[in-house]
Amino acid sequence: MTSNSDELVMNPEVSRRGFLKGCTMAAAALGLSDAMIPKLVEAAANPQKPPVVWLHFQECTGCTESLLRASHPDIGRLILDIISLDYHETVMAAAGHQAEEQLQKTIKEYEGKFICVVEGGIPTKDGGVYCKISGRTAMDILADVAPKAAAVIAIGSCAAFGGIQAAEPNPTGAVGVRDLVSGTPVINVPGCPPNPVAFLGTVLHYLTFKRLPETDYLGRPLFAYGRKIHDHCERRAHFDEGRFAEEFGDTGHKAGYCLYKVGCKGPETYNNCPTARFNDAGVWPVSVGHGCIGCSEPAFWDMMSPFYERLPGVPIPGGDGIVASAESTGKKILGVAGAAIGIHAAVGIGKRLVKGKSDDEK
Amino acid sequence: MAERITIDPITRIEGHLRIDAEVDGGKISKAWSSGQMWRGIEVILQGRDPRDAWLFTQRICGVCTTVHALASVRAVENALGLEIPKNAQYIRNLVQSIHCLHDHIVHFYVLSALDWVDVVSALQADPAKTAALAQSLSEWPGNSVKRFKAVKEKVKAIVDSGQLGPFSNAYWGHPAMTLPPEANLMAVSHYLEALDYQRKANKALAIISGKNPHIQNFSVGGVTAAINLDNEATLNMERLYWVKQLVQEVQGFINQVYLPDIVAVGALYKDWLQYGAGVTNYLAVPDMVLDTKGTKFDLPGGTIFDGDLATVKPITSFNDKYFEDNVVESIAHAWYDGDWTRHPYEEDTVPKYTDFQDDGKYTWLKAPRFQGRPMQVGPLAQLLVGYAQGHELTVKSVDNALNLVSSVAGVQVGPAVLHSTPGRHVARAVRASMMAELALKHWQLLVDNVGRGDLEIFNPPTFPQGEQRGYGFHEAPRGALSHWIVIRDGKIKNYQCVVPSTWNAGPRDEAGQAGPYEASLVGNPMADAEKPLEVLRTIHSFDPCIACAVHMLDPHGKEMIKVKVV
Repeated sequence: MTSNSDELVMNPEVSRRGFLKGCTMAAAALGLSDAMIPKLVEAAANPQKPPVVWLHFQECTGCTESLLRASHPDIGRLILDIISLDYHETVMAAAGHQAEEQLQKTIKEYEGKFICVVEGGIPTKDGGVYCKISGRTAMDILADVAPKAAAVIAIGSCAAFGGIQAAEPNPTGAVGVRDLVSGTPVINVPGCPPNPVAFLGTVLHYLTFKRLPETDYLGRPLFAYGRKIHDHCERRAHFDEGRFAEEFGDTGHKAGYCLYKVGCKGPETYNNCPTARFNDAGVWPVSVGHGCIGCSEPAFWDMMSPFYERLPGVPIPGGDGIVASAESTGKKILGVAGAAIGIHAAVGIGKRLVKGKSDDEK
Repeated sequence: MAERITIDPITRIEGHLRIDAEVDGGKISKAWSSGQMWRGIEVILQGRDPRDAWLFTQRICGVCTTVHALASVRAVENALGLEIPKNAQYIRNLVQSIHCLHDHIVHFYVLSALDWVDVVSALQADPAKTAALAQSLSEWPGNSVKRFKAVKEKVKAIVDSGQLGPFSNAYWGHPAMTLPPEANLMAVSHYLEALDYQRKANKALAIISGKNPHIQNFSVGGVTAAINLDNEATLNMERLYWVKQLVQEVQGFINQVYLPDIVAVGALYKDWLQYGAGVTNYLAVPDMVLDTKGTKFDLPGGTIFDGDLATVKPITSFNDKYFEDNVVESIAHAWYDGDWTRHPYEEDTVPKYTDFQDDGKYTWLKAPRFQGRPMQVGPLAQLLVGYAQGHELTVKSVDNALNLVSSVAGVQVGPAVLHSTPGRHVARAVRASMMAELALKHWQLLVDNVGRGDLEIFNPPTFPQGEQRGYGFHEAPRGALSHWIVIRDGKIKNYQCVVPSTWNAGPRDEAGQAGPYEASLVGNPMADAEKPLEVLRTIHSFDPCIACAVHMLDPHGKEMIKVKVV
């Protein structure tokens, strides 16, 4: 049995093959041509590994945990071969003032060169006392580190948009990185937690081209967040045909029908879950019978809940489905559905915040 | 004259923890444990749909992903008097046991091993002698000269590059690091393999739960993973066998690598078996439930006081009054307004930050107490409670591990050595081994039940008008977890989590009794106060999770706006 660990340490050739495969997959995910693969490989195998400073604020460490589950590259290769993870409280050996020293040394020595990753929201109420590390508030640490970074990657919906602690009534005044940082490029990789391929793709893109990938108006990279879940869902055909699970465990649910009526938020969520899948197991929430909760959208805790109520404003195909009349009216119906979702974006249970996509993203 | 040290941040844990200690004559004489982050998730839950609570509370922690999800759905079901189908119990049991395998492996290798293992010393190791050492402990195929040689070269390449990354500025060469180079090299090799096996456990978990961290296959009333042996979009035998195979592979790693490594560390650091006992009152709740009502379990629960196994008193069901009536929390030394001690259903809290006050308030963590006593929770508590009750699997597993420790240490040891810093690691590895066995047992129970034609996974909840109260517990990887809910007219009125790391990392109470972290540090040696490695050893042995530990509830949410910083 060959494990990733064996490949990493024992067999440079196999290791290199696995590595090339990883780069090829990353290139595919990023929509790059094959011609770019050597450049990706070169960037990722650079002997001088780019320093990364990873800051934890109001968070649950779920985003870090998601990286532990990544396979291409896996966490061992990522932190031993590709980047130099110089500060990361969950994995670093140093603690206390040795850890603090390490942070200061890295941001000084690599000023303008290191990548800063932020995991977690930043509390701003009451002077930010709700999150302190080494005696400093999260706000102070971010203000110290972010301006010295080459770029900031906000991993997870907390760092991107404030996250769960920013849900009503937002007791600590939590916000995302882009609410506080300007002057340094910031890219958002939201999700709760995001799929590690979205984060790793962003890192590899940056290492290759020395710039961040193209994003949507929310700062999310298009290669991972450019499409609507609903449009690539394996159960979409059931939606179009009007075949739904009405309750968990019923006949429709056991037949793998559409989960819209049991609360799926896929029609309003932009992410690559149905195509990227999770944990190398070919799965995502819909594949285990649970609707999408919209976790990569801003303020989804308020806008997408209650999670088991159906999303309003989504026209449901009739009993005969749309396929029967697709030749003549399919396009028209889909067009109406798209517009309706945009118009009714500010609904939910009467407390949804205004949201929606700009026209070119519909 | 005592010297005061502050370690902030404590790294290789979940969350933001600060430890203060007074060192006198090379030993710690007094300690404080302080949680440094607060989010107010329970405030956010008020007024929401109780069916959504598990999705919110799961985000209390991404390391302890799944555990708050499970306690939450159980709390709502308990309030409603709702039983769930057998298949749903078994699937939830698979989720908790498989998650536990990942969690315990990661805790030792990624979060704790570097307290005991000197990575740089591995460069002095002889790969052949390393293989001989490793093969004396187990027959794991990865324990080869070739592999150890390759790992040594990998370590050398990293050290030579000058970019040590996460291994920078650590306590390499510290006088308390006493493992021989070969043991260090073996552990580094296993550290890298552990990354593979924790990923396999997660893959098995994802097959039944959609993704992780943060699974998405629960619901109040059961699970959402439909079972249909004749459909490709549901749980079928292809999916289920994949789960079984992965669990078996992980079980191999646990029994042949993780457990022997812990035995070796415990035996080679046998001096440490005298340190870190701290609070020897123990609390565990029963879990791996076998029936729809929650009255039969594969893991026993109960309490032990003053380290005396004869005092064991069992906790026996989802409606256990002994548990429900005896849990309270104190805010005497926590950053909340007031100084009361109350039952979780009755708590009423307003944050009030004061900065660190040695004799006053110094943490965001509350101090949970059982019958007024501080309790240690976690795998050690669970094992001791089971051992004291003569639980067959526990007795067999504990005795087996103690015999292994005895043979490597060259001295016969009994259960008493488990009240220690290494003892908590031994207990965790033993528990991992038990959970692998139970995961496979519950996999079989699920398959047998499905084979009898039962495909039920969900009983729909209905929320009556008026008020309902309930609690749900779960023996999580870090110990006894309980969620307490008050529902009014179908909405959440009150929500409170009493969490393992709050039991362990909480502060002093109104009577001045220290929490388990604080008590366990007293008497620990300290070779160099500038490099407090010993503090990390004892604190990490509890597997801290501070995001979990800090929580609060304010039934009068509006008052939050008035909070002032003092």
